Amino acid sequence: MSNEGKIYRVAGPVVTATGISPRMYDVVFVGNEKLMGEVIKIVGDYSIIQVYEDTSGVKPGEPVSNTGRPLVAELGPGLLHSVYDGIQRPLAVLQEKMGDFILRGVSAPGLDREKKWDFKPIVNKGDKVEPGQIIGTVMEGTMEHRILCPVDVEGTVDDIKTGSFTVEETVATIGGKDVMMMQRWPVRVPRPVKVKYQPNAPLVTGMRVLDTMFPLAKGGAAAIPGGFGTGKTVTQQQLAKWSDAEIVVYIGCGERGNEMTEVLTEFPALEDPKTGNPLMNRTILIANTSNMPVAAREASVYTGMTIAEYYRDMGYNVALMADSTSRWAEAMREISSRLEEMPGEEGYPAYLAGRLSEFYERACIATSLCGKDGSISVIGAVSPPGGDISEPVSQNTLRIVRVFWALDTKLRERRHFPTINWLTSYTLYDSQLKDWYVNNVDPGFPALKEWAMLTLQKESELQEIVQLVGSDALPDDQKVTLEVSKMIREIFLQQNAYDPVDTYCPMGRQFMMLKLIKKFSDLAQKALVAGATVDKIIAIPARQRFIRSKYEETIDDELVGIDKDFDEQFKELGA
Amino acid sequence: MAGVSKEYKTISQIAGPLVFVKKTEPIAYGELVSVKLSDGSMKRGEVLDTSDDIVVVQIYEGTSGIDRGASVRFLGETMKMPVSKDMLGRILTGAGEPLDGGPAITPEQKLDIVGAAINPWARDNPSDFIQTGISTIDCMNTLVRGQKLPIFSGSGLPHNDLALQIARQAKVRGENEEFAVVFIAMGITNEEKQTFMTEFERTGALKNAVVFLNLADDPAAERIITPRLGLTTAEYMAFELGMQVLVIMTDVTNYCEALRQIGAAREEVPGRRGYPGYMYTNLAQLYERAGRIKGKKGSVTQIPILSMPGDDITHPIPDLSGYITEGQIVMSRELHRAGIYPPVNVSSSLSRLMGGGTGEGKTREDHKGVSDQLYAAYAEGKDLRGLVAIVGEESLSDKDRKLLHFADIFEDKFVRQGHDEDRSIEDSLSIAWKLISTLDDDQITRISRKYIEKYLPKRE
Repeated sequence: MSNEGKIYRVAGPVVTATGISPRMYDVVFVGNEKLMGEVIKIVGDYSIIQVYEDTSGVKPGEPVSNTGRPLVAELGPGLLHSVYDGIQRPLAVLQEKMGDFILRGVSAPGLDREKKWDFKPIVNKGDKVEPGQIIGTVMEGTMEHRILCPVDVEGTVDDIKTGSFTVEETVATIGGKDVMMMQRWPVRVPRPVKVKYQPNAPLVTGMRVLDTMFPLAKGGAAAIPGGFGTGKTVTQQQLAKWSDAEIVVYIGCGERGNEMTEVLTEFPALEDPKTGNPLMNRTILIANTSNMPVAAREASVYTGMTIAEYYRDMGYNVALMADSTSRWAEAMREISSRLEEMPGEEGYPAYLAGRLSEFYERACIATSLCGKDGSISVIGAVSPPGGDISEPVSQNTLRIVRVFWALDTKLRERRHFPTINWLTSYTLYDSQLKDWYVNNVDPGFPALKEWAMLTLQKESELQEIVQLVGSDALPDDQKVTLEVSKMIREIFLQQNAYDPVDTYCPMGRQFMMLKLIKKFSDLAQKALVAGATVDKIIAIPARQRFIRSKYEETIDDELVGIDKDFDEQFKELGA
Repeated sequence: MAGVSKEYKTISQIAGPLVFVKKTEPIAYGELVSVKLSDGSMKRGEVLDTSDDIVVVQIYEGTSGIDRGASVRFLGETMKMPVSKDMLGRILTGAGEPLDGGPAITPEQKLDIVGAAINPWARDNPSDFIQTGISTIDCMNTLVRGQKLPIFSGSGLPHNDLALQIARQAKVRGENEEFAVVFIAMGITNEEKQTFMTEFERTGALKNAVVFLNLADDPAAERIITPRLGLTTAEYMAFELGMQVLVIMTDVTNYCEALRQIGAAREEVPGRRGYPGYMYTNLAQLYERAGRIKGKKGSVTQIPILSMPGDDITHPIPDLSGYITEGQIVMSRELHRAGIYPPVNVSSSLSRLMGGGTGEGKTREDHKGVSDQLYAAYAEGKDLRGLVAIVGEESLSDKDRKLLHFADIFEDKFVRQGHDEDRSIEDSLSIAWKLISTLDDDQITRISRKYIEKYLPKRE
């Protein structure tokens, strides 16, 4: 086995080397500057390497060395609060080492080697330990970081320590093997679990249109396609901020630098609504912007997913956002075309569908090896060219995911945010999650939701008539229906991400708001029968109060007040 | 290095802009190349693919006149741009040579034109208003320092006029900041070149500008480097000299055509509509050079202009651009036909970073609400036009008629402005308030009460 060779050819990020005999996906260092790369093809003596850094100035004949191991993520305390590039180099460390611009040939370990962590064992000397079992804990900021027995280690605990250690120091000896807090895991391989099961609870996000109308199950996968400028990124950021997952992994994959900056400046300033701690304390950001090396972009989603799985294995609920999977697919396409592979649809490699499903299949709710339940919910943004979802990345994604949040440019033009279209979005989790809503929100919830969806559906039918003959031609009860559906849209579905109150809406309040709209609808129909005019009904002051209430800090009291107002004011109208 | 580089007369193949050289010593990827033709003239190029057996060189000026006997010299370094503060006021070719008859640039530094990516960690959030003097931009699609906000136009639309007007009027308000414009023209016609040069000189805008002009008949390969030269200059002025730099690039479509041409010559597998699969990454390497860096005073802001082939916003060029840039200003042929300049279609325009650069202390407290209100009322008014076409104006309610009227006066008074009309943000907002005052109180739903009381003009 020869591990030192020479460069034969350089063509952009693809370098061919001779003289090494690597396995597929082994990490190699290329050239005098030791640029990191990965073997992606082997032809005879030629190893074809995708390099994660810019290759300008690299010459044939320069040395290549094979590390003999695949691309791994470093897992252990210190992940949270980190901001990495696509191959888990901490961006802050990179800035220290090479300034404001990303230069090359700089390696930086994913986990801080100096920092000491207080390790508290929970198994004792002489205990029998299985792979993946929790052997101790460390406080990682405010989160309990559970140290897992590595998957390839098992047996009797020969020795276990208490106290302050770095991630590389031995904290235990199990079955004759030394165990440290850090473990390495190849990013392209899913981490094992004991058993995966059916999702049965929603990922609560505080966004009304998602939680009530189109919920994603914890452990499920959702896709947000949408042309540019439809509010995809804002939606994802809202999810990262507010969803009830304990850990958030946010992968900015091939996206805008300034947008990442927004995330990087906003997240540390944000408070976790549940604990009051900074949101960053439970977040890992991976930022590989569109102008950073394309091969590292390809790797970034795997790096993120492996970290997510690691926290799932500790028994946490993880939300993983990938923004955007289209950029990832494009990275695959770019590398594939440099390899002169036979292209599939639209130049994407033929293995696109396979790679996408492998990725989304890593979303799950499961009992992990340690016996605790954890989940990974994946929200993948897709950026279809021209907003046309018939293209391969969208289509292959929709075949796999069960929730589709359709973002709509028309809604953006109307300044209807979030721009999730209520007619074309869908969730296939409704029946699985029904019990949860009945038990945790209100037994009337499923019926109420169905009513709202029906009303919106009716509106779109009525709108067609209005387009032809004008709204004056409609009978009064249908005019009221239109008014009610407008309230559903404007009060309930529209939500202002930048308003301090409206940005997060708890489940109970969501139910209350929708119930009030239903109440308005019922009373309005009664008032009509009693002889009130549509104009009078629309003009009741409580309706105006309702419209404004969602930005008031006292919204919950307001809603109770509006409920009373409805009773009184409709009584005057005879209902 | 240059002294030790050897000459080769081993060209094996010439295809499009590419020259294939058999060689004897290792050549670096991206290395600069000079080719001496049999008539003694010189051409420059860059290494695209290098191996022990063959080196592929892309010739910037095109390969015409090169024969297999031409001698190829590898210069041992990658392409660099000489930069200095004295560049302000200069007009250069697309290859960075003086075009204004002035002396060559005496470099203070020579910088790699590819430019490294700004570490996202080092970036600073764009949050300072740049006033362009155009109401539809300042008020409704605000440009902020460090942003990249393209103008999506079409052939025959006055995007170059708008570009020039912005170059002339753009300013950073309030503080004592140094402001500069880097104007990058790619694939423009000779006539356009004359217009740009005279306009820049006539209006005095040139003294704070560096102009790069790559003409339509310049070789495709040069078009690829022109924006990189310009952006390298911009980065130098922003991050070394601390200036607020606005980069205007026109026309990105020509740049992409050049990319496609070179891709085809290299026999690459094409992506959508024949454009190379790496076009997204390639465009990102231009656009992403906009930004601010923590602890540095300057900024690079970009207004790339691109003409959408067939006015099709889903065409790969506007589409990929839109995914990288932070919003877009869309020009409308309909408005242009109606004689409105600048024909900005506000409904499909967007500035993603507007939130950070507007409001109290940046522009004015009521800015956000006013902008939302204009959007909403204009959208409703425009919808009603469709309805009126079917049922006639008589069947509209009084309120709807107001919205319909609003859409008309919005286009006439707010969107329309003179070629030399430089509106401050206050001017734009007060026009907006005048328009809003034609609506009924209950139609003004997007502005908070206290601003309505403070700013709404008395109705007659």
